[in-house]
Amino acid sequence: MGVFSATPITVVLLLSFAAPLVVISVFSIMPQKVFNFAHLPDFSSYGVLLSQGYYRSLLWALGMALVSTVILFVICWPLAFAMAKVFDKFTTVITVVVVITLFVSENIRLFGWVLTLMKGGLIEGHLRAWTGLSFEGALYNVPVIIFGLVYVYFPFMLFPLAQGISTVPEEARQAAADLGATRWQVFIEVDLPLSAPGIVIGSLLSFVLAAGALAESKLLGGQAVIVIADEIETAFTYGQNWPLGSALSIVLIIIIGTLAIFGVNRVDLDAIMGRKS
Amino acid sequence: MPSDPILRLEKIVKRFGRFTALHGIDLEIQDGEFLTIVGPSGSGKTTLIRLLVGIDEPTEGQIWLRDKRIEKIPANLRPTCMVFQSLALFPHRSVGENIEFPLKIRGESVSARKERTLELLDLLHLPRDFCDKRINQCSGGERQRVALARALAFDPEILFFDEPLSALDYRLRKTLEKELKDLHERTGKTFVYITHSLEEAMVMSDRIAIMREGRFEQIDVADVIYARPVSRFVAEFMGEVNLIDVEANAEGQLKGRNIDLKVDGAGQSSILTLPQGGTGTLMVRPEYVRFLNPDETSDFSVNGVMHAEYALGSRMQYSIETANDSVFTVEKLREHRFTGQMSDEVVLGWDADNAHLIPDNISK
Repeated sequence: MGVFSATPITVVLLLSFAAPLVVISVFSIMPQKVFNFAHLPDFSSYGVLLSQGYYRSLLWALGMALVSTVILFVICWPLAFAMAKVFDKFTTVITVVVVITLFVSENIRLFGWVLTLMKGGLIEGHLRAWTGLSFEGALYNVPVIIFGLVYVYFPFMLFPLAQGISTVPEEARQAAADLGATRWQVFIEVDLPLSAPGIVIGSLLSFVLAAGALAESKLLGGQAVIVIADEIETAFTYGQNWPLGSALSIVLIIIIGTLAIFGVNRVDLDAIMGRKS
Repeated sequence: MPSDPILRLEKIVKRFGRFTALHGIDLEIQDGEFLTIVGPSGSGKTTLIRLLVGIDEPTEGQIWLRDKRIEKIPANLRPTCMVFQSLALFPHRSVGENIEFPLKIRGESVSARKERTLELLDLLHLPRDFCDKRINQCSGGERQRVALARALAFDPEILFFDEPLSALDYRLRKTLEKELKDLHERTGKTFVYITHSLEEAMVMSDRIAIMREGRFEQIDVADVIYARPVSRFVAEFMGEVNLIDVEANAEGQLKGRNIDLKVDGAGQSSILTLPQGGTGTLMVRPEYVRFLNPDETSDFSVNGVMHAEYALGSRMQYSIETANDSVFTVEKLREHRFTGQMSDEVVLGWDADNAHLIPDNISK
């Protein structure tokens, strides 16, 4: 009876999540540039991935995701801490302001930054009009892509962190200080380990989203670097090479999936919260 | 009493916005003593201990640790330490890691830490293999001991306790009270303990400070506070008590105000006097009140009717109604229990030596 009741949702899940994965995995072992499964499997797509330097796009995407995640952690921690422990009603204000930015589509917000940062844009244009000084716009380089990633994925780090920090018992922090710990030692010995669930969730969300991000490198970065998501899109569209796109996707999914599973397992949430032996 | 106080408070005031929690507290704590601060909820005792530990700063006043002013020094730089009401053990660390925490913070070697941890486990009667146990596997009493061991590992000059036993069941609390007193004797450290339980205070402390609405009402050894409270508040706080409103007549003799109190001439001891026309409260503890036989006399006596009997284990408690609806409480050992019937008329009597007079100008 239970199995029967679960049938509809099982079908939906299979069709919406499992089926695309199966299709992509199978396509990734088809010969180059075919559009059906009626071929003998080969691994030529994976060979192309290595020989034609696609791994560089992958490394760029993962590297920039890593850097932006670290930056996000560093700049979100103080704010998240204040939201969880210091601010009272002001926390709601911050939450609302940050959430409201999510109501506007990511691309539109990024275009806003393009207009702000480009040559002749908001900043450079004003500077030139007022002082006569000019500089090349701040766009089309790696740092501005990372800035874009940090900007877009800010809420995905902030809220899990604040949630994690709010679960740290205030008395544990006071007791650590009372036993001689400096602020830094309280941070290392109490805050970090006890808010680890929030840190892991926030970091995984930011990293996974940033690694698969496309708009930041396209809009802000121009052609400075090509990220893996860009390559995948190109392979499926202009490239007309579905097997290559599938192979790229599979590699990305495997890397990110491994990281996610490793991260969640490594930080045993139950053990940290003292629920498990 | 030794003359050198280890901790001295001068005119400590603490305000939260418009609310004043502490009104100019003065206190001297002697080196090596066990001082208990007792008061009802909201009397300011937790506020006070947070200032003493360094979690909060006083609004006004000074705190001296020997000859060093410390009221502005943060908790982590003070040589004192507290056992929290919640114990505040670190849930993500094992028992051993909890205990060695202050040593790790101080940068001591792993072997020195391990050695000290084992010593402390022994001192607190915990098995040595507890080191690797997780906090959430420990019982309430074990956690209590771990928290104590962690505080002792810090080797504080003064150890503060913020009602750490309040969440435990009665029997465990009694055991730990005695262990704590024993630990105080063995370590020779200064203990400052906060509780709302008078029993805890009486069992453990050298001195008791009674707190009420942000002030100390009385600070003294337990016997004095019990037998000679300075106010009705202290008298009532320190257990069952009979309080009788009295005034002095023209000859300076005591006279019940709302009660027919018979005073024998011999009852006029020198300590039980009031200025002419003055009013006060005559206090007698229930265990000093006797049921008088018709031929017996005592310094003070009152007529009443036996109303109820309650069994308190080794003792019996009686409630006796007197003429104008006031109720007297009498306690007897079970072997000396009242032999009459309910609603019997009885005469209650007690002696001046066992009574205490609180003049009204002091009582609040």
